Amino acid sequence: MNILVCLSAVPDTTTKITFVDNNTKFNTDGVQFIINPYDELALTKALELTEANGGEVTVVTVGDATVEPVIRKALAIGAHKAIRVNTTAQDGMHAAQCIKDAVSGESYDIIFTGRESIDYNGGQVDGILSEMMDMSLVNVVTSVTVDGSSITAVRDIDGGRETVTASMPCVLSAQKELCEPRIPNMRGIMQARTKPLSVVEPSGSYDATNYVGYELPAPKQGVKLIDPANAGELIDLLRSEKKLL
Amino acid sequence: MILVFVEIEGGSIKKSSQEALTYGADLATATGDTCSAIAIGDASAVGNLGQYGASSTFAVSGGGLDTFTPEGYSYAINEVANTNGANTVIISGSYTGKSIAPKLAVKLGAGLTTGVVAMASTDGGFNVRKTCFSNKAFSNVAVNSEKKVISIVPNSYEVKSFDNQAAVSTVSIDASGVIKTKSVSVDKVQGKIPLTEAELVVSAGRGLKGPENWGMIEELADVLGAATACSKPVSDMDWRPHSEHVGQTGITIKPNLYIAAGISGAIQHLAGVSGSKVICVINTDPEAPFFKAADYGIVGDAFDVIPKLIARAKELKAS
Repeated sequence: MNILVCLSAVPDTTTKITFVDNNTKFNTDGVQFIINPYDELALTKALELTEANGGEVTVVTVGDATVEPVIRKALAIGAHKAIRVNTTAQDGMHAAQCIKDAVSGESYDIIFTGRESIDYNGGQVDGILSEMMDMSLVNVVTSVTVDGSSITAVRDIDGGRETVTASMPCVLSAQKELCEPRIPNMRGIMQARTKPLSVVEPSGSYDATNYVGYELPAPKQGVKLIDPANAGELIDLLRSEKKLL
Repeated sequence: MILVFVEIEGGSIKKSSQEALTYGADLATATGDTCSAIAIGDASAVGNLGQYGASSTFAVSGGGLDTFTPEGYSYAINEVANTNGANTVIISGSYTGKSIAPKLAVKLGAGLTTGVVAMASTDGGFNVRKTCFSNKAFSNVAVNSEKKVISIVPNSYEVKSFDNQAAVSTVSIDASGVIKTKSVSVDKVQGKIPLTEAELVVSAGRGLKGPENWGMIEELADVLGAATACSKPVSDMDWRPHSEHVGQTGITIKPNLYIAAGISGAIQHLAGVSGSKVICVINTDPEAPFFKAADYGIVGDAFDVIPKLIARAKELKAS
């Protein structure tokens, strides 16, 4: 079974977000980039599935050379080979188009993504790839089992869970609880240095959407403190001042 | 035409779909267009969607559309959009909507923008405001394509009431040929408000010391008619189910009121809740970073404060 895992390099979750160039660019100064946490779960699950069923895990990332440490980490965790598409994606549709072109000629039983990236929060690549590549889709999955030529997955739905069966090839997007992420060991880190990482150029241009500018949320006006002895007053204030409850 | 996909559940239109419909109606007014709703499957329950802004409704049913699948539903919406010349499709960012929007955008050849939180600006172009960096920031995205799929974050656009009468046209579409997935079972949490749609949320963290102490959190939520949530450490320790975890790697919520007890307010937690309109923080530590993001704060012990809130809320409810 061959699995493709789509990875995104994102700012560490503790990053304080700021912008430069008149709020048109994310300020990467001093920012530590990590594998998108949901993608890391997708990678781990893909490794578990290939360990049980045979086959290889390929990781693919759309990004410039600065994302290579993140790709090497994925190889150290256990991916067999990696592809980098040498461009900065404008949005999810662009990223998916780049990924599709980069793997044309290959065939995968499963394409795994995270349920969204924690930087642009699109949650688009899973559905777009399934449509472009005519594969079935189960998004936001918390468990996956392979059964011959189909999979059974549990996915989050609004206010509950749904168990779904899907034919392979299939696109899945990982949600928290799918598995525990793996920490690379020294052997893995050494091996990662010599695993194949191919760089491909994107084909064509893209202009359906583009990011024009950014802004930070307006700061709060300041907290109004309530005496804990009269804590019940909070309920009154929410009613009188905020017209809530 | 602007086409809005609406989800009908238990005989009524979901709140997130009402928001999407108001958005579509307002966008239609701004651009001199018309706004129509599309409901799939349980067409009998559609009723008059004119009250939420639709000028007409397509009630679609047919092979492969009895239960939800992303491939079946996106196929049906694409058919209706093409037949009726809809260039813009609005979909709520519910889990259902999230699985349809990307597939539909590919079928339509549309530009796709998800996470949208405000009305598009349509003077000289088409720009939308969306969340990014998990609610730590917003971005302004130009949608340059002629066709557009816009996915709206639940609780970010206020529902208005309209006087329209939306005539329902029934449409029969056979999607059975495209179905690739099959729903085996659905397990809904009974009697609870889904966190992503909740207008009021009561949340607690490690300060509660153990899962056995959640009774008072559930009681407060119950009295207020709120959903319950928790911080990451709490779900990591399995004190609460992961579906309650709000934060950067959990669920992002935008309720009208967020009450947090025993949560210090780490940057990852704030990312998930900073869209809340009013934030109340209860913490024993006056230096807890969460107080900086709060509207109201109580420096005190949750075990002392929460029962007082319950008592006062009950008093007011009874009066």
